[in-house]
Amino acid sequence: MKKAPKDTRVVVGMSGGVDSSVAALLLKQQGYDVVGIFMKNWDDTDDNGVCTATEDYNDVIAVCNQIGIPYYAVNFEKQYWEKVFTYFLEEYKAGRTPNPDVMCNKEIKFKAFLEHAVSLGADYLATGHYAQVAFRDGEYKMLRGIDDNKDQTYFLNQLTQEQLEKVMFPLGHIEKKEVREIAKQAGLATAAKKDSTGICFIGERNFKEFLSQYLPAQPGEMMTMDGKVMGKHDGLMYYTIGQRHGLGIGGSGEPWFVAGKDLKRNILYVCQGFDNDLLYSTSLKAVKMSWVANQAPAKEFTCTAKFRYRQTDSPVSVKVLETGDVEVVFAEPVRAITPGQAVVFYDGDVCLGGGTIDEVFKHGEKLTYVG
Amino acid sequence: MNRIYLDHAATSPMHPNVIDKMMTVMKSEFGNPSSIHAFGRQARHVLDEARVSIAASIGAERNEIIFTSGGTEADNTALIGIAEANKARGKHIITTEIEHHAILHTSQYLEKKGFEVTYLPVNNEGLISMADVKAALREDTILVSIMYGNNEVGTIQPIADIGALLKEHQAYFHTDAVQAYGLVPIDVNALHIDLLSVSAHKINGPKGIGFLYVREGVKLQPHAHGGEQERKRRAGTESVPAIAGFAEAVKIAQQTMAEKAEKYRTFKEILLARFEEGGIQYQLNGSLEASLPHVLNVSFPGTNVESLLVNLDLAGIAVSSGSACTAGSIDPSHVLVAMFGKNSERTKNSIRFSFGLNNTNEEIKQAADETVKIVSRLVDK
Repeated sequence: MKKAPKDTRVVVGMSGGVDSSVAALLLKQQGYDVVGIFMKNWDDTDDNGVCTATEDYNDVIAVCNQIGIPYYAVNFEKQYWEKVFTYFLEEYKAGRTPNPDVMCNKEIKFKAFLEHAVSLGADYLATGHYAQVAFRDGEYKMLRGIDDNKDQTYFLNQLTQEQLEKVMFPLGHIEKKEVREIAKQAGLATAAKKDSTGICFIGERNFKEFLSQYLPAQPGEMMTMDGKVMGKHDGLMYYTIGQRHGLGIGGSGEPWFVAGKDLKRNILYVCQGFDNDLLYSTSLKAVKMSWVANQAPAKEFTCTAKFRYRQTDSPVSVKVLETGDVEVVFAEPVRAITPGQAVVFYDGDVCLGGGTIDEVFKHGEKLTYVG
Repeated sequence: MNRIYLDHAATSPMHPNVIDKMMTVMKSEFGNPSSIHAFGRQARHVLDEARVSIAASIGAERNEIIFTSGGTEADNTALIGIAEANKARGKHIITTEIEHHAILHTSQYLEKKGFEVTYLPVNNEGLISMADVKAALREDTILVSIMYGNNEVGTIQPIADIGALLKEHQAYFHTDAVQAYGLVPIDVNALHIDLLSVSAHKINGPKGIGFLYVREGVKLQPHAHGGEQERKRRAGTESVPAIAGFAEAVKIAQQTMAEKAEKYRTFKEILLARFEEGGIQYQLNGSLEASLPHVLNVSFPGTNVESLLVNLDLAGIAVSSGSACTAGSIDPSHVLVAMFGKNSERTKNSIRFSFGLNNTNEEIKQAADETVKIVSRLVDK
């Protein structure tokens, strides 16, 4: 039998942002035994001793005191470095475009942090993610958040039954606009706080500058697929497939885009025109698959997929290989599929799971220039 | 929830008599002690009485007490004030690795200003060795600052021996007695102490007040300039209500000293006995002998301090770890690192219980049982 809310302890992962603040508030209003915990994953103390984590934690403290819940902090810097940041650097080194948020959810928020919450006697872990959990047909389903624009299941695609069983997403059924309104009505200290953007540990800083502190940049040539040199690149890791900005190719005509990379020869391939054929592919292979139901829906099935966050879904057919990897064939050619990013599958509003894009094909032929 | 407060080394509740005293002073003696009129004289009278009784508590004279905003300011004043006033005689200072940050960070500041600081190590009970003190002592040493009793593990240092050693040396002897004062008898003359820091809120007094004892004749450079308060060594209108409350707290601390020593020894016995009966693994950090009565630091192998503290708090038990934990940054306690090395698990699984006047045997039993439950759960995981 389910416990009454007052006997149900819910640990809320609080970032100091408006979403997790409202998540905690809503749970408290529903009568749960709510505990707010701030996770520190990264130390960015600058030369003046200013650390955004300290500022954020001060916001967590203010909000928790307003709501009337205890608050604590926990440090996962070491785990984050080992499980997320190392992966992040490795992927860039391999010429790919990693998604550290997916990894952070898998390894830190819904693993190390979830374990910590359980060790504190928590029945559930809640976060301010825009996603929903439902128990249907004898299993936990992860559904998109009802705010289409904010849905975060893309980042949560690696969650499985064991985790969903213990997870609450109090914001899944409300829209961001309303979340701000609730925060404002309640007078929460974070009501007007700007949403964080970009990769959490980089924040507002210059991405190139940040990355160059950890990986040596090797400038090289930028050329078209037929070998025409178009200029210099600053280091392959700074570019992602389909990218337009920062190429510095002038001249008339249509804009230029990143088409691919040759890691061995340190060449960045570019092509002209948003809809250039080189940017399109028809299928991909994904690895490190994880299924919400703990297993794929079938050996072969059709569904929709997202290849990047905030993209509209594309219809695809999926074939699960012996290895557990999948082949994904697109109903229509798709632009700028990028190795390292996540491919996430949906059946309507139900997120089925996802994996990491590893290889990209056009009509069955591997696009070696993409990776 | 029935909450149990076992974090008196962090701060302690004000005694009702202290509050009464402060209320009276706030209501009726609001004058500025430096004023020449009747209102000022009244306040000055309160201030003087407090100063006399506080001085007497350590065998000092009234003009040897400088009121400060607390222990941190007293420590800063002692170190920086001595360093600046005596740098012509040398620039070497000796302290220990297990001081409070008010001493350690001030020492680092002085290093940046050109002073040389020797940080003495401790053994695994948290004790310095007299041989190390002797070896570190140089002709140009101007100050030796060694804490009386440690705030994290309670270890009491050989203060009398150090005092005796320095009697014939030019170096002044300062001791941070913030944790020890009011719990163990201190006589600055018998112990040959030149400077001593104390804070009121650790002994049921108000926050924001403390004192630095400075032996008559010690050369000290003042850091707050302005009026002529505290014999020009610390300018600023005195916080008369806080000082009056402080004196009241000192009186209570002196009166209850023996009773506390006895009572807290029982508390330690209860805790350790119940850990034993509960079948959990534990290790005492420090010793039961050369230790402050109110501090007990225990390591629980297989646990981690973050989970321990939060679990205990959620169960209504307020304890702490030595490590300052802000925004999730856990720097392992420098005291435990000095005692056991930085790779020791003990630096990550130890908590401090610290007792106060109001604690009862019942509370201690309850806290022990709750600890056993939580430790068992964390270890089984």
